[in-house]
Amino acid sequence: MLNLLFPEKTTVIVGLEIGTAKVAAAVGEVTESGGVNVIGIGQSASRGVRKGEVVNADLTAEDVRNAIVEAERSADVEIASVYLSVTGGHLTSLNTHGVFTAASDDHEISQPDVNEVLANAKVFNRPSENTVLHAIRQHFTLNGQAGIADPVGMLGGKLELDMHVVHGVTTRLQNPVRVVKGLNLEVEELVFSGLASSLALLDNEQKQMGVLVVDLGAGTTEYVVYADGVIKHTGILAVGGDHVTNDLSYGLRMAPARAAMLKQEHGAATIGGAAGQTLTLTSENGFPDRRVNLEHLRRIMVARLEETMQLIDEDIGEQGFHDQLRAGVCLCGGGARIPGIDKLAEEVFGLSATLGRANAVGGLRSATDDPELATAVGLVKYGAIRQKGLRRIGLVGKLKHLAGSLGIF
Amino acid sequence: MTTTETTPASAPVRKQLTIKVFGVGGCGGNVVSQIHGTGFADVQMIVLNTDSQALAQIPLPDKIHLGLKLNGGLGAGGDPERGRAAAEEDEARLRGLCTGVDMVFICAGLGGGTGTGAGPVLARVAKECGALSLAFVTLPFDCEGPKRMRQARQGLEEFKAAADGVVCLPNQKVFKLIDENTSVVETFSTTNELLAQGVRGIWQLVTRPGFINLDFADLCAVVRDRHSESSFATAEATGPHRAKEVVEKLLANPLLEGGAALGEADALLVSLMGGPSLSMAEVNRVMEQINRQTDNAHLIMGAAIEEQLGDRLTVTLVASRQRSHTADVLSDPEPEQLESVAPPGMVSVSRGVAEINQLGAAIARKPVTRSTTAKREADSVSMAGSETDVAPSAPMLSTRSWRSRKKAKAMHPELQLETVTKGPFEHSEPTLRNGVDLDVPTFVRRGMSMN
Repeated sequence: MLNLLFPEKTTVIVGLEIGTAKVAAAVGEVTESGGVNVIGIGQSASRGVRKGEVVNADLTAEDVRNAIVEAERSADVEIASVYLSVTGGHLTSLNTHGVFTAASDDHEISQPDVNEVLANAKVFNRPSENTVLHAIRQHFTLNGQAGIADPVGMLGGKLELDMHVVHGVTTRLQNPVRVVKGLNLEVEELVFSGLASSLALLDNEQKQMGVLVVDLGAGTTEYVVYADGVIKHTGILAVGGDHVTNDLSYGLRMAPARAAMLKQEHGAATIGGAAGQTLTLTSENGFPDRRVNLEHLRRIMVARLEETMQLIDEDIGEQGFHDQLRAGVCLCGGGARIPGIDKLAEEVFGLSATLGRANAVGGLRSATDDPELATAVGLVKYGAIRQKGLRRIGLVGKLKHLAGSLGIF
Repeated sequence: MTTTETTPASAPVRKQLTIKVFGVGGCGGNVVSQIHGTGFADVQMIVLNTDSQALAQIPLPDKIHLGLKLNGGLGAGGDPERGRAAAEEDEARLRGLCTGVDMVFICAGLGGGTGTGAGPVLARVAKECGALSLAFVTLPFDCEGPKRMRQARQGLEEFKAAADGVVCLPNQKVFKLIDENTSVVETFSTTNELLAQGVRGIWQLVTRPGFINLDFADLCAVVRDRHSESSFATAEATGPHRAKEVVEKLLANPLLEGGAALGEADALLVSLMGGPSLSMAEVNRVMEQINRQTDNAHLIMGAAIEEQLGDRLTVTLVASRQRSHTADVLSDPEPEQLESVAPPGMVSVSRGVAEINQLGAAIARKPVTRSTTAKREADSVSMAGSETDVAPSAPMLSTRSWRSRKKAKAMHPELQLETVTKGPFEHSEPTLRNGVDLDVPTFVRRGMSMN
């Protein structure tokens, strides 16, 4: 009864992904209790993006506007600001290490000490044209004791911090921001799209067990490695579904649009069963036009997909993460729709592979079940996490929280 | 069916052929024990393993313990690297075993440590010693997990690179041969028996003289350098309609995927063996039916008479499918054998002697009895002689066989007239990884042919 009169106060968060194949906006509401629900989705085909980066600002602006308008309509809200995902081959990631040494060992670690070690960890050698996109804390180490989540109030003389940093070329990061700002929308934060996808798909247990998330997009493929509950590694390959289409278009000698259609209708990540089969294509007026060898189609696809995964496998293998991925591989993005892609991933990585769905959020089933919307939905989740942090720090938020718990509101 | 020496008349020109059968790893050991049980004369069976316990259970006299220093007799633990290291530790001993041997059969189960790792080393050593090596391997069951399968696939590639020929039996296909209630022991003994049959069949095929003769060079022509798995099947039938029945049995064999393997094969080796009553009409009927199943495979046939078979007719078939033709040719600068093109209406058994020097030399050292051309051939190793045995009116194989095609390609490497376009990525920043432009289609970079 009380709930009906005084509905739970919610905050609206919007995630915007400007992808190579499509622009997607997800509108989510965050309930006071911290849950995230997706209440609206807007999508539009993307025409001005290549390999994850804007190459035609005018077309992109139009596509973004369409997606935002659709999202506003479907969620019945007005959108003023968005969390924007970014991707592209220029992004680089690395793990850094910061150290703070106190005068004596019986020093009590305070917040300023933590701030200093954070600042230390952010100092690393990067090209001058790059800016840091994310600096994600992994674990503190205090006097050699590893795996400390929050050292404030503990005793110790030497505080160390491991951090995962993602950085990219400033100007290229700013391109999509300019497009969005041109539409009179604020950009709350830029988020690496692989990170956003992983937030949508994973629960804490998977992060703790160790998992590899692979987002097979149209222009780029992002991957994120979680182990011991934190991000250990991220990476990006500027290779995606468009490459598969281009390979088919080249190998089967046909227009890219037709190759894309064939890919969606007859594509698979296995050759099995396709040997010796041919497809008869019809031309626009319905007459049989030409024949395509299905086995060749599959072989071209498998070669590309296998190679992409092998490159990822080599990368995470070099870092020695294979043994830590007990929850296996989680696939999302448009590429996750390819039949048999999970089997191929199992073969290449030697780990169990699942197709990810957005378990971490509730709301519209059509949004959370769609592997292509993982990034947009994950951005909402990211926003929710960030705003929760902000609220907790803010005085008003604290008061509200207190009042809420006392039942005054 | 125990010895090769069935025709003493040919004794003067014949030198005893030395054959050794090696079983590598647990599976290999079991297979070799099984073969031994059925009696092979003149063939030495040797079992190699890293695991002393498994080795102790093998009831054969010749056992070699690999990598005693490295692994302490505890096996390779499913790690091919350790298997390889163990074999390399004992490489000198392996070399000793292979020296002076004409032909080496290697039996191994892929997917584990010893068979996968040590097997290819043995194949390489055998090849270096001048022996012809033929590997019989199994791939693991699907339920053994993708990791083992991946190791197995890698091992298979290594075997292909190291051995002269590889015959591969995917265990998963054995499921179709057995019924649901078969026990684990029986299942594995079935796969072992199949492998054993393979070794036995090929051994007989190679060592037994026939009126349409087949020997190891023919076999090599089918299996070697194909970068493919060869399927193997054998069938036996008796009675008045044996020619028809034997082919039916053969096509029903799951190892040939219900005849599909024949349709895809681009090289086939067929060996018929029957009692003295074997008629030319029967040979013709069998070949006709097999020919009908294949598209344009290069077909090599042999037929032999074996007194002990009575009225039984056995057909042994090796089908080989090529996976990456162009890549193969471009990476293979060795001189190709010359080819006599078979005139229409005949089945030709043709063999270029000057294949690869090593192979030629091995054949020279191995003057097996063969119909009329044997002696001439042994004398003229360097000369590219070829023989043609004629069987009446069997259906046709294409006049240009794969070998002549392959040769033409090798001599005139394809000029890349068409530049590879990068389509929509032409004007974007290239995606480079380790100096490779990933925008170029993968299948182009890997040299897979599509036509």
